[in-house]
Amino acid sequence: MTRYIIRRLLQAVPLLLIISMVLFVLMQSIGDPIATMGGRQVTRTADRERLKRQLGLDKPIIVQYVYWLIGNDWTKVDMDGDGVPETPGKRKGVVRGDFGNSFVERRPVTDVIADRLPNTLLLMLVAEVVIIAGSLLLGIYSALHQYSKVDNVITTVTFVLYSLPVFLFALGAIYIFAVGFKRLGLPYLPAVGMFDPQIGKTPAQVAYHMVLPVATLSFIYFAAYSRYIRSSMLDVLSQDYVRTAKSKGLPRREVIYRHALKNAALPLVTVIGLDLPFLLGGAIVTESIFAWPGMGRLFYDHVSRADTPVVMGIMMMIALAVIIFQIITDIAYAWLDPRIRYD
Amino acid sequence: METTAASPGSSPGIVSLPTDELETPPLSLGQLTWRRFRRHKMAIAGSVVLIALVLYALVGAFFYSEAQANHTDTKLRLAAPTNVHPFGTDTVGRDILARTIYGGQISILIGIFAMSVEVTVGVLIGSVSGFYGGKIDSVLMRFTEAVLIIPQIFLLLVMAKYFGDKVGNVTLFGRTFSGSVVVIVLIIGLTSWPYLARIVRAQFLSLKENEFVLAARATGTPRSQIIFRHILPNSIAPIAVAATLGVANAIALEAYISFLGLGVRAPTATWGNMLQGAYNYIATAWWLWFFPGFLMALTVLSINFIGDGLRDALDPRSRAV
Repeated sequence: MTRYIIRRLLQAVPLLLIISMVLFVLMQSIGDPIATMGGRQVTRTADRERLKRQLGLDKPIIVQYVYWLIGNDWTKVDMDGDGVPETPGKRKGVVRGDFGNSFVERRPVTDVIADRLPNTLLLMLVAEVVIIAGSLLLGIYSALHQYSKVDNVITTVTFVLYSLPVFLFALGAIYIFAVGFKRLGLPYLPAVGMFDPQIGKTPAQVAYHMVLPVATLSFIYFAAYSRYIRSSMLDVLSQDYVRTAKSKGLPRREVIYRHALKNAALPLVTVIGLDLPFLLGGAIVTESIFAWPGMGRLFYDHVSRADTPVVMGIMMMIALAVIIFQIITDIAYAWLDPRIRYD
Repeated sequence: METTAASPGSSPGIVSLPTDELETPPLSLGQLTWRRFRRHKMAIAGSVVLIALVLYALVGAFFYSEAQANHTDTKLRLAAPTNVHPFGTDTVGRDILARTIYGGQISILIGIFAMSVEVTVGVLIGSVSGFYGGKIDSVLMRFTEAVLIIPQIFLLLVMAKYFGDKVGNVTLFGRTFSGSVVVIVLIIGLTSWPYLARIVRAQFLSLKENEFVLAARATGTPRSQIIFRHILPNSIAPIAVAATLGVANAIALEAYISFLGLGVRAPTATWGNMLQGAYNYIATAWWLWFFPGFLMALTVLSINFIGDGLRDALDPRSRAV
């Protein structure tokens, strides 16, 4: 097992390298980071040159990539523009955990991301819990009452929700629960932000503001997951060991939850494990609409301002998260299902 | 409508034939598919709705000219639906009904073209990878993994910025399209293919071991012919399903990018970019987002239902997830 994990991690290295190279090249022309720096004023050419030099943007792309990857503290860079490198570099490079400084915020990318990550994680984990609980409920019910009216309704409604673009669901939810309820004088749900600035960031406020974004994030996944659970549950329910369990007189509850569900949930582990890191990034639209200060919004804001270090940082972090989760999923799967072995 | 599997009575040509199984001409794949497809009620409903929507976008063009769709009238900003403007007007006073018609055309075209790009790339990479195996396979599959690892919407945003203004306006059928339409088609197609490539590869891996491939090889059929004439037609079922769902997906993705402001530029309308900024007016002007959003959701939904029906019809063993 250890060898398997090590091999997988080693395989991930070239993959990450290739991804980072391609992204780095793409990054070069997503816009001019300096253009947005001076605010409304037009930057003078001399200042542009100076800024470019200071940010290291005057170097050829290969040099920029190497500096980004392994840092430049082993060499000297030219800061005053006389063509002679004199200042020792300070960057440590991504391999040593230094993602550089944000062009926009002028502070380390890791700090910028660390500010936002907890917000996204909070949203994501709560949504994931809702997704799993809700889809288990729906999926099991549908499977146990296959082709009943309720099953048909669940299947159709989840399919419709699945096809609905996230932002449309979000807009509809805001229109009904925030705007509509407010108009009717009913208690309404807040549609923007993480907390009411007048009350402050109390847990109750955050939870209250989370209702709509969590609902939005989780509803689209309900469909996929509950359909998945339904079909794997149906599969398992027709197995011999379930019949055996039934015929030896075990209570229905026990058959369903101990014998059937345990086996039916197995494939779900894979799906969740592989989707979890995507939730991290899939929240771009949701976070934008609900003005939730998370990673997705951060990414979007900084793509628009061509802030390469932050954008690269987020993408590489997600890539890493995806790879790690893939490995964890494989391990969890082997641990849950002793028939599976990796060597 | 009740149709059971055992009674082929609805088509008269078959009833008149002798009952002997062997004498009955075998049903073609198309006939078989249609038989199973029409049993899927939602898929039939989806087809009807989709045809209606396509007609809406095509026939509507006879009632409203594109100039009308792009005509701005700032005196009529954000006007609520009236007889003159049944769907109301947008932030610069353009008629929303006319814009949903032309936006629908573009959205559907984007869906179809992006799907074509996706299928071309996916089938090429998947088939080459599955057929040749070995080094080529592992290189191509690593590449596929690399594309899959970054969430698609992130890649789309970066690429939309990257290609942003590099493509000029395009004139097609006497109409001018913003170059961003081409960009969107390309980037959606170029980021959607990995799943399809994996499906095609898996198909090729199992199909290439069959006798008919061996026979083709033995008779000296060139490799490209074995790939495209012998193996590919046999794996058409999953490709067709993936392509159908790909259209819906591309329409939704276009809306995502446009919603975030990096998609198709005005004045060219799409259902997606009509929604851009609409949420600023969510409380005051519901018609701004309701009509384009509703039409788009309906399109995506009906295509998804068709895809679901196709999957059941073409590949009864596979289960929809």
